[in-house]
Amino acid sequence: MIAEEKVMTISKAAGPAGTHWRRVWRHVRKAPLSAWIGIVIVLAYLVVALFAPWIAPHGETEVVGGQYDPWSDEFLLGTDQLGRDMLSRLIFGARNTISVALMTTSIAFVLGTGLGLLAATVGGWVDQLFSRLVDVIMAIPQLIFALLLLSIFGTSVVNLVLIIAVLDSTRLFRVSRSVALNITVLDFVEAARLQGEGTIWIMVREILPNILAPIIAEFGMRFCFVFLTIAALSFLGLGIQPPTADWGSMVRENATLINYGDITPLLPAGAIALLTIGVNFVVDWFLHITSGLKE
Amino acid sequence: MRKPAFDEAGPLLEVRDLRVEGQSDDSWHEIVKGVSFDLKRGEVLGLIGESGAGKSTIGLASIGYVRPGCRIKSGQVRYKGIDLVSAPERHKRALWGAELAYVAQSAAAAFNPAHRLIEQCQEPAIIHGERSEKKLRDKIVGLFRKLSLPEPEEIGERYPHQLSGGQLQRVMTVMAMSCHPGLLIFDEPTTALDVTTQIEVLATIKQIVDEFGVAAIYITHDLAVVSQVADRIIVLRYGEIVEEASTRKMLAAPEAAYTKTLWAVRKLDKQENLAAKPILQLRDIDAGYGRSLKVLDQINLDVPRGRTVAVVGESGSGKSTLARTIMGLQPAFAGTIEFDGVALPFAFKQRSVPLHRRIQMIYQSPDTALNPRRRVRDILCRPLHRHLHLSAEARRQRVAELMSMVELNTRLLERLPSELSGGEKQRVCIARALAVEPELIICDEVTSALDQIVAEGVLKLLLRLQQQIGITYIFITHDLATVRAISDWIVVMHRGRIVEQGPKSQILTPPRHPYTELLFSSMPEMDPAWLPRVLQKRQTGGAAQGASVEMSI
Repeated sequence: MIAEEKVMTISKAAGPAGTHWRRVWRHVRKAPLSAWIGIVIVLAYLVVALFAPWIAPHGETEVVGGQYDPWSDEFLLGTDQLGRDMLSRLIFGARNTISVALMTTSIAFVLGTGLGLLAATVGGWVDQLFSRLVDVIMAIPQLIFALLLLSIFGTSVVNLVLIIAVLDSTRLFRVSRSVALNITVLDFVEAARLQGEGTIWIMVREILPNILAPIIAEFGMRFCFVFLTIAALSFLGLGIQPPTADWGSMVRENATLINYGDITPLLPAGAIALLTIGVNFVVDWFLHITSGLKE
Repeated sequence: MRKPAFDEAGPLLEVRDLRVEGQSDDSWHEIVKGVSFDLKRGEVLGLIGESGAGKSTIGLASIGYVRPGCRIKSGQVRYKGIDLVSAPERHKRALWGAELAYVAQSAAAAFNPAHRLIEQCQEPAIIHGERSEKKLRDKIVGLFRKLSLPEPEEIGERYPHQLSGGQLQRVMTVMAMSCHPGLLIFDEPTTALDVTTQIEVLATIKQIVDEFGVAAIYITHDLAVVSQVADRIIVLRYGEIVEEASTRKMLAAPEAAYTKTLWAVRKLDKQENLAAKPILQLRDIDAGYGRSLKVLDQINLDVPRGRTVAVVGESGSGKSTLARTIMGLQPAFAGTIEFDGVALPFAFKQRSVPLHRRIQMIYQSPDTALNPRRRVRDILCRPLHRHLHLSAEARRQRVAELMSMVELNTRLLERLPSELSGGEKQRVCIARALAVEPELIICDEVTSALDQIVAEGVLKLLLRLQQQIGITYIFITHDLATVRAISDWIVVMHRGRIVEQGPKSQILTPPRHPYTELLFSSMPEMDPAWLPRVLQKRQTGGAAQGASVEMSI
């Protein structure tokens, strides 16, 4: 009897979860063309990044030809200023640039959302402290601040990731704090407090699930911006250091070719632009779905 | 704009087999399923029903409007012979505001906060071709005066936030009347108002209808209210007409079984019983916001164990602050609170965890009181785990037990709150409060967001639980029927003070304190003669009595 009941509860528990995935699938199937383009772009980049060593015809830092060789059968996109294969470096660049950007955004996400939630939930002086700190950081232009900090702490990938993560977490802090503030005033949060729940529980279990949608959308947007910041820093020579392939520095290294009417240096820039568009399409679609779900 | 050719002979409004569909999840569902009725000139038709019965949809469709996401599937709506369903948009626009006007539920939300009221009242007339501003202004001021708004000459220069809710609702009626329409739709115009304010608005509506001879459709879920203004009542359920009759006949001899159940709700009456030791004692409690703003002033209250204390009063009287003070969310400034013979710390944080368990609260709106992202099972299991430290198996059993206590099927345990109805959600809230076996539950307007039949079910449930496990309730409400249904002891609050308190039998029967009298006499009764009677009584003894109320409080 009891066993039978258990089986029933399990099958019931499976029901809503099943419908959840069905709902997700329905959204994916119904996605507009722009979202499909975005999904395809993002997936393609991920595949390239994950399988770079197998896809790339040559090694990342391998000198295989002369300086600035033109496009040919052997070097599909020519070679760079040191004679390395352009296509291979583009492919490895995807791996480096995306992984650094993803790491940075994740740290910024955890830091910003965590503190934003904390500020909204606890309020009072904690809120004041973090909010004013964020105001101060945001008062300084981000790129200049990043340059300044990088020249103080030195240009390593770890420093780069940490510095941009901290600077970018200010944006996530503001978004998560303002969305969370709307939730903290609702009765169920007070009800949880009246049940004697602690701050962490209220933050993570009561508030976070309700603000996840806008926060994830912001995550996508931030990913693009981090990408561009890293590219910009690399272009300025303070980002990812040679010989590691990175799209931003690749633009800079091959910039001279532009003078001879060669579009090769624009390819890494194009790679950045395309991924930004793809991620934005996906984020837009996600925002569209969540705004519809809220009703 | 030229008015289309009207047929002045037939009925004012003819609705024939109206079917309206709404879109959800990519498919169309019928919300209104073949409704037909007529409306004569100068007649007021009441549409009543629970939420989701299609009242508002029918009201809007009778002026040819459908909300986004809805469409009229078939049927006819003829206003003076013109079919509004097939009429092109520009014909309808010529009629809206001029011949057909709509008064929305929340006047505060319906006015544009950035414009002066007079500009907003003039707008419909200007759109429909009134050119003389002087003439129009005089007309609006005349209407302000007629509806006895204070300072009719100047009130139009104010902004919406400078008026009270009842005044705004009357200004909105002026706006609707600015073109002398033939048909007015009132969509729950008093639902958001206090009873003492509601009576003004009801009087206004009655006056407008009598004086201008306009026809009106009055939408509400409150029987007592509709019986004051309507000549005829249509009871709706699931988008269909259940019963249609004149108000008197409908009140005296309802025919359909569903209508009868609607009527029965208001007859719940609990046997008063006060013999019990107090579980909670409040002595000289002052409380409020910040350092200086005092909301509660010298509150003295004994709550007998296993009984129900009803706290009544208008909004702003401090009844919710009283609840929050007892809970410790709004710490008192001064006084003492004793719970079960032990002094209770003012601030929630200073109270011990077992104390948290013993006092629970149920909220007015079950929609915001449940976390939309957590399943019912998680919502109920958590307090069991935290306060009672039950094992997983014991929790599972207790949750099932709780669900049967609040008369819910255990099937609902895996649902999210959004997949439950309003009544089911409120029952889950009750189950959550019951989960930790509390001794005192504070119920803050727990039935006011629910439909009458659902509310009755919830009240009955609360009463049954009190009999079974002897819980004490503090019941905050503004509804007389609820007070009668549930209370043993009644506390009347006004402006942060207790005006009068006593056993139910004593408070409900005159003589009473003037404020109690004002409050209780403002609560509509299901009698068409009630409104004129009350208004007349207030006019004769009214001015002096009103003043004495102000003085004595």
